[in-house]
Amino acid sequence: MTLLALILLLMAGGIASWLVASRNATTARWIALLSICIDFIVTLAMWASKAGLATRWFAECNLQWIPQFGIRLHLAIDGLSLVMLLLTYFLGIMAILCSWTEIKDRAGFFHFNLLWVLAGITGVFLSMDLFLFYLFWELMLVPMYLLIGIWGHERRIYAATKFFLFTQLSGLLMLIAIISLAIIHQQTTGVFTFDYEQLLGTSLQPNTALLLMLGFFIAFAVKLPIFPLHTWLPDAHTEAPTAGSVILAGLLLKTGAYGLIRFVLPLFPEASRRMAPLMMTLGVIAILYGAVLAVAQSDLKRLVAYTSVSHMGFVLLGVFAGNELALEGAVIQMVSHGISTGALFILAGLLQERMHTREIAQMGGLWETMPSLSGAGLVFAMASLGLPGLGDFVGEFLVLLGAYRANVSLTVIATLGLVAATLYGLRLGQSAFQGPNPHHWKLPDLSFREWAILGPMMICLLWLGLYPQPVLNTVRPSLAAASQQATPTQEIVRR
Amino acid sequence: MYTAHLVVALPLLLMSATTIVAMLAIAIQRNHTAIAAISLIGVGASLWSLLFAASAIPQQLSSLLIFDSYALLYMALILCAAAFVILLSYNYLKQRHEHREEFYILIMLATSGAMVLTASRHFISLFLGLELLSISLYALIAYIRSETISIEAGIKYLVLAASSSSVLLFGLALIYAESGSMDLSQFANALNHAATFPLIAGLMLVFTGVGFKLAVVPFHLWTPDVYEGAPIPVTAFIATVSKGGMFALILRWLHHNTGINGTTGFVLSIIAIASMLTGNLLALTQTNVKRILAYSSIAHMGYAVVALLAGGTLGAPAATYYLAAYFATILGAFGVMTLLSTSHHEAALIEDYRGLFWRRPALAAAFTAMLLSLAGIPLTAGFLGKFYVIAAGAQQSRWVLLFTLVVSSTIGLFYYLRILAAMYAKTSDTAGSETALPLPATVAVAVLTGLIFLLGLYPAPLWNAIVSAAHNLG
Repeated sequence: MTLLALILLLMAGGIASWLVASRNATTARWIALLSICIDFIVTLAMWASKAGLATRWFAECNLQWIPQFGIRLHLAIDGLSLVMLLLTYFLGIMAILCSWTEIKDRAGFFHFNLLWVLAGITGVFLSMDLFLFYLFWELMLVPMYLLIGIWGHERRIYAATKFFLFTQLSGLLMLIAIISLAIIHQQTTGVFTFDYEQLLGTSLQPNTALLLMLGFFIAFAVKLPIFPLHTWLPDAHTEAPTAGSVILAGLLLKTGAYGLIRFVLPLFPEASRRMAPLMMTLGVIAILYGAVLAVAQSDLKRLVAYTSVSHMGFVLLGVFAGNELALEGAVIQMVSHGISTGALFILAGLLQERMHTREIAQMGGLWETMPSLSGAGLVFAMASLGLPGLGDFVGEFLVLLGAYRANVSLTVIATLGLVAATLYGLRLGQSAFQGPNPHHWKLPDLSFREWAILGPMMICLLWLGLYPQPVLNTVRPSLAAASQQATPTQEIVRR
Repeated sequence: MYTAHLVVALPLLLMSATTIVAMLAIAIQRNHTAIAAISLIGVGASLWSLLFAASAIPQQLSSLLIFDSYALLYMALILCAAAFVILLSYNYLKQRHEHREEFYILIMLATSGAMVLTASRHFISLFLGLELLSISLYALIAYIRSETISIEAGIKYLVLAASSSSVLLFGLALIYAESGSMDLSQFANALNHAATFPLIAGLMLVFTGVGFKLAVVPFHLWTPDVYEGAPIPVTAFIATVSKGGMFALILRWLHHNTGINGTTGFVLSIIAIASMLTGNLLALTQTNVKRILAYSSIAHMGYAVVALLAGGTLGAPAATYYLAAYFATILGAFGVMTLLSTSHHEAALIEDYRGLFWRRPALAAAFTAMLLSLAGIPLTAGFLGKFYVIAAGAQQSRWVLLFTLVVSSTIGLFYYLRILAAMYAKTSDTAGSETALPLPATVAVAVLTGLIFLLGLYPAPLWNAIVSAAHNLG
């Protein structure tokens, strides 16, 4: 029931802040912040109390819903879900804080949408019923569409519509795959169910499994996003308001990766193994393509958006490498990318609030006038390019280590992505913050609130970079279950 | 025995009686509110009498009509839709200076026609119901005589409906000539592999008449013009009662446990695919919301035909649930349009909806729910409808139809998003013109909005009722 309460609290908080906002916008912000904080604390408490236990599932909630189709309100949390939820609420708090002064217009409805997106994401990370999963998967879309479409920048309607259409088309293909899987399960066992655990053992013809897997994969591939299905991403990320970009990059992309680990690998182990070389190749293409395009961007948010494509390539590579090491790397990469990219989008938002532009050419020499902000910018740029000691490095390193066992040549090419990452990372640091100040900017430095956003994010990145073991320990049982299905004869190399 | 016949026919008898009472009441004294109340009570009584009828089924009334749980279920759907149409009409007509009272008589006549269709098992009752429905609609579409566009739409509908009826008659004659029977079960015989050419040709001609009423491609050409020209409540009536009655008829007589195959299956598949694609593609460029909903209705009928084609244990229930969800949604959408319209201006252009959310948030929120339900987004009735249709199709491995459904409903999403984007666009005047909301239509819209979420979140009761009603179909 706690799990259901997590979702309902966010929904209720959203409605409350919408209703309150007409009288007092600040109260609405506090209500929104408070409801996410409660969820964050509850999840943290769950981590603290359950982390040492041997059981894989920490909590469960299983209620009857549509009995004729065996659809249940089945939520459950394991290590992987828990880590993703912590990330969700952490970034959710940051998203509220960073829009504290940015969103003045219709703040109540803004927070309503923000909280409902988070509720949808929470549902995605907790659902253990495939129908329920699809429901939450779609539920994230509408408020996100409104966030981009109402509070976005110049081409917001175009970007929002593109985002919605891409996700909807791929989502419907996944729905067909989900229903087909349930029907095949019914034909073999006589039980009509959408329950994850029951569907796990469904025996499938190899070719059917392949088709169904592709149905799931395409939905996750659009969200992740994977070249060539990524074209919605630069538009949506660039046009969204800061909080929207943070949630898109930090969380929505992760739902795709989560779906691959939670559903594609365990449900279709054979098919995943068959497709692994292709998937890893796609991952490497994304790594290089994203990085190269990021170097060429002149719009700060667009640059960060393309780095996401590159980073998510590492995740795809790790997921399909077929060993636990790479999977663990993929999860660390998901978490640290969420934080570092989220922080970069927040920085871009802070700069836009001050300078009213996102063009890198308009910046330069900002260190003179805003030393703290520029310093923070450098830290996050370094994290993004994979500097050892910060979170992204651990993720990328583990992924490459694991992928090396699966495919040496692809791994070597993927490593080149790190070189390109250095290029865009340094370009970001140099042309925005360093050098002369040709436009004679005189801008206020970070305020206390802005420190409160960026400071914890830096600490988290450092923590992930220096001591990622707690996170790894938490997710290991889930990943072991996922990859046992995928690789029965794996060579586990333990540290 | 005869009492049982009377009891099952009670819903139909009550509707007819109410029509006569309303006519007499007008002769005594013209009073808009009174007539509207009489019609609403009549529809309510008819709906209530379904409970009694349910205890006496199944019954056959001569060889013309059959009353079983399936017929009663569709009658309930149709009567509910008619009740909502009456609520909307009251509001709509109140703003206009016409003779308002006859409108309700026509609505009730047309409703009776649709009810006859759901229960008919004979060519004669089919034609009787169809004509009762069509002839009332001619007058209803052109009801606002001061509007040339209404008259134009009425004439268009008259000419096309009359010719499609005659084609249908010819088809029925062919089937009769070949089989020597006027029983509607001849439709099912035409589905057999052994069916002769005249039988199949007759069925194809019948599809012309049926397809016209359902507005599926290629019999859809009247739809946008009539939707645009007709008064909003009449448009809602065409979209629900008129289509529902006809769909109930073909679902009953064509539904097959292994799905529809052979020539008929091929033809229907092409109709379904063409409807889904054409409807959604043509809606893309429209700027009039009524026309958009017209084209989208073509696509929605295509989705329902997918479930009909699939058949199996899920086909008929899925199609019925889809229709029920569509009824609630489209009635709600037209309800919001009625509430936004004024005496001299129907809120039909997308521009009329620009910034609506900031001016009248409650109405815009309701309209958002309707549009999302039409697009099939979760938590709404439309999503579960689509889910059931996909499940029915997947169970019978109708992959081509399903992929067309997915692609076309994504195309469809685009124009729903256009309306949404307009509603949420920021406009300069946010003060909002606070006009008082008239009660009947507001209640209707509120109930329908609730219904959409109820059907989207808790489908079990309706689904069970539909499954048990569809159980005795072939």
